[in-house]
Amino acid sequence: MKKRLLPLLLPAVLLCAVLSGCGDGSTEQAPETQAAANEVTVGIAQDLDNSLDPHKTVKAGTREVMFNVFEGLVKPTPNGDLIPAIAETYTVSDDHRTYTFQLRKDVQFHNGDTVTAEDVLYSIQRCADASETGIVPVEAFSVITDMSAPDEGTVVITIEEPSNEFVSYLTNPVIPADYDGQDTDPVGTGPFRFVSRAAQDNLVLEKFDGYWGTPAYLDRVTYKIMENTDGLLLSLQSGAIDICAHISTTQIPQLQEDFNIEEGTMNLVQALYLNNAEKPFDDVRVRQALCYAVDRQQILDLAFDGYGSLIGSSMYPAFGKYFDDSLTNYYSHDPEKAKALLAEAGFPDGFSMTITVPSNYQPHMDTAQVIVEQLKAVGVNAEIIPVEWESWVEDVYTGRQFQSTVVGVDASTMTARALLERFTSTAGNNFINYNSPLYDSLFVKAISSGGDEAQTEFYKEMEADLTKNAANVYIQDLADLVAVRKGLTGLQFYPIYVLDLSTIRYEN
Amino acid sequence: MKYAAKRILMLLATMAIVSFLTFLAFDLISGDQATAMLGTAATPEKLAALRAELGLDRPFLVRYGEWLFGFFAGDLGVSASYRQPVWTLISSKVLVTLCLSLLSFLLITAVSIPLGLLSTRWTGGPAAAAQTVFNQLCMAVPAFFTGILLSWIFGITLKWFVPGAFPGLSVDFTGSLRHLFFAAAAIAIPRIAMTVRMLRSTIFSELQKDYVRTAISRGNDRTAVLYRHVLKNALAPVVTFLAQTMAEIVAGSIVVEQVFAIPGLGRMLVSSIANRDCPVVEAIVVILAFWVVLSNTAADLIQQAVDPRLRLGGGA
Repeated sequence: MKKRLLPLLLPAVLLCAVLSGCGDGSTEQAPETQAAANEVTVGIAQDLDNSLDPHKTVKAGTREVMFNVFEGLVKPTPNGDLIPAIAETYTVSDDHRTYTFQLRKDVQFHNGDTVTAEDVLYSIQRCADASETGIVPVEAFSVITDMSAPDEGTVVITIEEPSNEFVSYLTNPVIPADYDGQDTDPVGTGPFRFVSRAAQDNLVLEKFDGYWGTPAYLDRVTYKIMENTDGLLLSLQSGAIDICAHISTTQIPQLQEDFNIEEGTMNLVQALYLNNAEKPFDDVRVRQALCYAVDRQQILDLAFDGYGSLIGSSMYPAFGKYFDDSLTNYYSHDPEKAKALLAEAGFPDGFSMTITVPSNYQPHMDTAQVIVEQLKAVGVNAEIIPVEWESWVEDVYTGRQFQSTVVGVDASTMTARALLERFTSTAGNNFINYNSPLYDSLFVKAISSGGDEAQTEFYKEMEADLTKNAANVYIQDLADLVAVRKGLTGLQFYPIYVLDLSTIRYEN
Repeated sequence: MKYAAKRILMLLATMAIVSFLTFLAFDLISGDQATAMLGTAATPEKLAALRAELGLDRPFLVRYGEWLFGFFAGDLGVSASYRQPVWTLISSKVLVTLCLSLLSFLLITAVSIPLGLLSTRWTGGPAAAAQTVFNQLCMAVPAFFTGILLSWIFGITLKWFVPGAFPGLSVDFTGSLRHLFFAAAAIAIPRIAMTVRMLRSTIFSELQKDYVRTAISRGNDRTAVLYRHVLKNALAPVVTFLAQTMAEIVAGSIVVEQVFAIPGLGRMLVSSIANRDCPVVEAIVVILAFWVVLSNTAADLIQQAVDPRLRLGGGA
């Protein structure tokens, strides 16, 4: 009898053998070996599932990674300044219209070629024309009237009107002129060079030995794509991942033993964005009522464990001089005032509205949920419509078919313009249909003003205009929590959405 | 021969219908490759220009026809988001998912059939009750939770594998299999519970039948009857169920792949849908359809081998 059970149990026994075999030799994968190899694994929440060509990158997550691979004539520093990168020095003519860049002589591309003035001109021209499929045009390059290279190491750029901000757009990556593999095998000049990408799996960078500047400390960086937050947490605990940015506050207690948690900012303007052309938000009193009805500190406390910095306009504190803190508390939480304003606008009993939220962004979903509860107190019945990101881009951002939405808007370059230009009435990306003649005229003055100080003032006035007209219900710049394995050091935060790995190193 | 021809025809028809419906669904949902590529840099003018360049402004049927033609010519197209040929993109993932599915299937059959037979010994009392409760529990817990639990127990606590560090089949085959084993277990556990329950109930209902009573009354040993006669009859519905399981394994692997960070087809499918990357989705969907039809065919063939009565009707 027993014999007959054997053939059936045999596979089970075999499997047990495999399983127990799994136990052996697993210690060889312990994280200590990674330390010795001078490499780290960085966990990222989204795949780099687009072209790796830096001029075609629209996703912030891709830009964040490729910051380590590409550089422009100038590059940003952690405190928001610009320093020469591929250019060694540059001079600006007295009329603020002609820029002369002297290139460094020893800058190499990752493919071994030396950077020439021709490569620089090509890179700028490529983004100015944007004739190739998928290239994201740099609007600021449309003011260029003339570009030339008097010799191998000099680039002269002339622009239509004086601008203080023009240089900040020259962080735009410089790529080789005669190379067409950028989509899948990018070549730049940064401290790390691209090695490989496996879709939905990983992306590998290696230290570039020919780098002109301070070399990276690490020899190799592997970005591991971890979309599942539980899987990510397990990978951090198991030692598979050493660094992970944008973790949520709930994960902190489980990580504190092995990780240092560093706090920066996400550099996003998170707001309840209101479609100013859509009823009832075409009435400034209704928009202001919402600003009074929303308790921003409570949002931070309930959804973000108190992390995050409050904002009052389309500008975040990391921008330093452009940030006007006096606007932050322009609207204090005051439900009575909100009700009074609503009554004045003809909604004594409140109204119903929808909030469209890209559901893959948990922070925005959480924020929207708190807002819904807060609006109930003033009689406004809000309903959240969760949508996929692609639908959000199509219907809300491009199609402008929405009432309100909670998202974070970021700045692609370190200029106030990158955040403020979008709300001019004719801007293609003015998705909230903001329309303020004063704002438009201030913008014209700002970009044409010669002096930096005067320009900053104009920008601040624009921010005040957004606040006073309650263009949106401004909430916060989210906290960026980065888990860094103990023993690693050198993390720096930038006022733009990047993670610089060149300064990360093992202690000792 | 007639049977084989019919099966192949059905396979082709299924794949054609599935691919057409997928294409249609892509046409109906909002957002397309152009919005995915441009993201927040999108303006109506830029979108229109890009759509024209990508050929997305052409009629639906023209685009589908073009894809179908390419497919039969062996060209799966180029991924719009990764700018890489679809086959280069997914070939390694097909292998990973295949390994994961086969491992899960092996686990399910190897564990559930002995366990199901064993469970028939407990016909009442606390043992049977405990068996039922445990079985229900295994069925009710979703695979992703089992996955987290397994990672925590075997990865974090016992350190038998490193969660999140899947080495890749071509880099370290045995290491990868070890990693896949735990993911396969997470997928298999609820299915094992279901199969055990099913086998148990079919065996019990077979045992009630006249032929069993006759066999035992003729002096045959009860266990011998169970293995020689009952099992054969009881297995038929289980084989059908296991074949369906094959398709469900792939569905279950989508979530489990994410928890274990395994680069398989499931994750790729989900992200490609989000990216509106039509060529990649089409390729994966067709592969999955192929897989499902294939396992159903295998189930039919096995059933016919077990039960010759089916063979007569099977050809028709």
